[in-house]
Amino acid sequence: METTIRINNLTKKFGEVLALDHVSLVIEPGTFVTLLGPSGCGKTTLLRCVAGLEDPNGGEIYIGNKLVFSYDKGISLQSSKRELGLVFQNYALWPHMKVDKNITFALEIQKMPKAEMEKRVKESLKEVQMEGYEDRYPREMSGGQQQRIALARMLAYRPKVFLMDEPLSNLDARLRMDMRAELKRLHHISGATTIYVTHDQVEALTMSTYIAVMKEGVVQQFDTPDKVYHFPANLFVADFIGNPKVNLLDGVVSGKNAIDFGKFKITMNTSTASGKVVVGIRPEDIIVSERPEPGAVEFNAYSVLPSGADSTIVARLGETELTIRVMGISKIKMDQKIWLSFDPQTLNLYDKETSNLIAS
Amino acid sequence: MAISTMTQQPLSMRLLAAWRRFILWLTRPQVVLALIMLVLMFYMVIIPLYKLVETTVTWQLSDLSRFPDAEVGGLTAFHWVRMLTGIFGRIYTYTPLQHSMTIAIGTVVLSLLIGGSLAWLVVRTDMPGRKLVNQLAVLPYIMPSWTLAQAWLVLFKNRLAGGAPGMYEAVLGVSPPDWLSYGPVPIIICCALHYYTFFFLFVSAALMSIDSNLEEAGELMGASRWRILRKITLPLVLPALLSGFIMTFSKVMGTFGGPNILGSPVKYYVVATMLRGSLAAGDRADAFVLAIVLIMFAMVTISLNQRLVGTRRSYETIGGRGFVANASKLRNMKKIILTGVIIFQLLVLIVPLGLLSYDTFLLRTGDYSFSNLSLQNWIGQPNPLYNDGEPGVLLNPRVYKTAWNSIKLALYTAFFTALLGVLLGYSIVKGRGTRLSKLVDQLAYIPYVIPGIAFGAVYIAMFARKIGPLPSLYGTFALLVIVSVAKHIPYSSRSGVSAMMQVGRELEEAAQVAGANVWQRFRRIIFPLTTSGFVSGFLLTFITTMRELSLIILLVTRDTQLLASLTMKYVEAGRDQMANIVILILVAITVTGNAIIGRFRGGSLKKGLGM
Repeated sequence: METTIRINNLTKKFGEVLALDHVSLVIEPGTFVTLLGPSGCGKTTLLRCVAGLEDPNGGEIYIGNKLVFSYDKGISLQSSKRELGLVFQNYALWPHMKVDKNITFALEIQKMPKAEMEKRVKESLKEVQMEGYEDRYPREMSGGQQQRIALARMLAYRPKVFLMDEPLSNLDARLRMDMRAELKRLHHISGATTIYVTHDQVEALTMSTYIAVMKEGVVQQFDTPDKVYHFPANLFVADFIGNPKVNLLDGVVSGKNAIDFGKFKITMNTSTASGKVVVGIRPEDIIVSERPEPGAVEFNAYSVLPSGADSTIVARLGETELTIRVMGISKIKMDQKIWLSFDPQTLNLYDKETSNLIAS
Repeated sequence: MAISTMTQQPLSMRLLAAWRRFILWLTRPQVVLALIMLVLMFYMVIIPLYKLVETTVTWQLSDLSRFPDAEVGGLTAFHWVRMLTGIFGRIYTYTPLQHSMTIAIGTVVLSLLIGGSLAWLVVRTDMPGRKLVNQLAVLPYIMPSWTLAQAWLVLFKNRLAGGAPGMYEAVLGVSPPDWLSYGPVPIIICCALHYYTFFFLFVSAALMSIDSNLEEAGELMGASRWRILRKITLPLVLPALLSGFIMTFSKVMGTFGGPNILGSPVKYYVVATMLRGSLAAGDRADAFVLAIVLIMFAMVTISLNQRLVGTRRSYETIGGRGFVANASKLRNMKKIILTGVIIFQLLVLIVPLGLLSYDTFLLRTGDYSFSNLSLQNWIGQPNPLYNDGEPGVLLNPRVYKTAWNSIKLALYTAFFTALLGVLLGYSIVKGRGTRLSKLVDQLAYIPYVIPGIAFGAVYIAMFARKIGPLPSLYGTFALLVIVSVAKHIPYSSRSGVSAMMQVGRELEEAAQVAGANVWQRFRRIIFPLTTSGFVSGFLLTFITTMRELSLIILLVTRDTQLLASLTMKYVEAGRDQMANIVILILVAITVTGNAIIGRFRGGSLKKGLGM
């Protein structure tokens, strides 16, 4: 079941719009890779290209050792021959077939013996915890149940690669949490290489081995969730990932390892940077104190928003606004003076012009 | 980097790759289908249109008697000059055109009033029995359009065109005025009572799709009812009105039956009847000039209207969604309006059929007493006193053959049209956004603007002789099937597109990824999921083909006689009672067919029209 997927310089145009711009990715066998980005970033297009549902205008795709698409060689294997499984956002269960027929469709095409098919139906329904639903029509089930059947349908014919296009986005928040756990478990057991498309960063962070953050048809960063979160490659990624959002402060490099924000300065590794920069500070990396500390900067608590497990504090100093996340219910009152200090290790420094990461 | 690898490849490799990519493109199912559809439409629509034009600008064999020096096939403007200038032009072109326009516009206005108000009553008010009215309102569409014209004559015939007078005179003792018996007034009334169904269907679908919140919002802001109607409802219904206009207008411009029955006896000719006259007289090129004029006229009017409303392609309907909560209260008007609607439906459905039936049982025409009733016209043995010794209609073996022809034609046409609809829908929807898909979509629209009688003329032009590999099909049954299918392409593509849109692309893609090839996808996913679209297309086509006259009147021969054209034959021979029997048979077959086909899953006339 271990299949590598290699994508080289893949380009796809819709009319004049460049949906994919020379995308290259190597997806290691057995990994769970998420394509993450806002709508229109090309993530679904990339998935559909891998599935063979779109024909790219350039580049190559290998699934395992098989070259399934090559523009330069004029090769494009039909999706039916790519040995993939695809789960759609709207489930795409065939409404005129009962659950068992939905599941056996692919098996019938493979001319599998009947007894074996029945076994597969049972197995796959068990895997998604939907035993006993063989005789239902799709419309007789809830959205969550339909999504499970869609998964079972894919599992039953044991494709080498799982492709999932925002499979959870039509479910309500609670169900989505449950299904995340199930999906991750399913991947863990099957070990199939998985490409998962989502616009939900939490989903990406919680489930993936690797995340490819995309914007305007270009992969911005391809890294582990940890790296993507803590060392975003550019301002777009930094801004897109994390809730509450990252604090991005405009400053100027004012000397060796010193950055001037006007009202205050901080010390951090500035590497080769000079001139205008942006510093990214995650809300949870800011240390809050109710009394002056050496090196801490005085801010005003503009708003305090406790939410049980943690609290969000919006702090202001003149025009500068910082969002801070602290554990538990905060005792800080609105308009109280607070002192903020920053751990140089947690700060990321970006070039203002190119928006790329310079130092961290 | 892709560019660098490309330049490294030798030219032969790059050419090979380009060729492979082309083959990949060419073998995509939607492309294959689209190309097949293009070829079909080229053969069925474009070439015939070309031949039609060609005939009018070349010398014909029939011209030799007047111009012995003319070279047959050589270019000439003679036919155009003759048909468009001088007295000839006035008699043969301008006056009929004026008449056609009068009738078309009159019919559109009257249909709009009838169809629009019925739609409003059914969708937007608390009138009792709305459901029943809704179902009955489409029935006139099932009957042939000229049924009403025949029934009209039973009632209002006077001595202007000879023959026995109608019931009006028999009962009241005075002859009805000429304007009531023949000419534009009765033609418009009869056409409107048939074609109002378009407006009814389009407007009710549009009204149903309007969220009543939009109107309520206006009401909350203090707008008056009239203002709401004018500023909110009307603009929202406008596209539907336009669709209704285009459909009705182009149908009436090319309609033959009504004007032939109620106009021709008093020399009130429209383009359609004039065209047939010219053909019968052997002036084919002249007839074709009329056909082109008719096509141009229909096209210009339709495009002018589209521009006026500013919505291109707005003949696409708005699908009816959900149920409208706030019904207008009719209050004390309820009973009066309901009575009016009941009387109207009786007048349109029961009374005409009743009149026709009664007429067929009369032994001597014009004598409406009970003692004159007889079955002679139906099953009577040959008797020189009646019908010039012709036996009753049911004893005539030709009638059975004709009925069978009609049924066969309707079934074949319905099948091929519905199948074509699904395939067209697939190639258009699946290839969305590509130029090929747009081209197919646009070509499929052409027959829409060609009036029925002109379409028939086009087919004579094309199939009268053998052209290259295309056989001469004139006089064959196949030609009737081809022309009927071709004329239905716009409807079938529309209902096919809407059926495919409902299926959505994911369902097919899911099968594709699961390993199904094209054939498996069509057989197991697409066909089963478009059954109701298929059945609806089948139903609509069956009904319209069954009673279609304008389209086939020029193409039928003795062996391919159809019930519809047989009616006209009887009418023109002055045997109205026999014509009426044939109409009743036709209606009976159509209604039975409608009932049988309607039983199949999800079939409905509305869906057939792409709603």
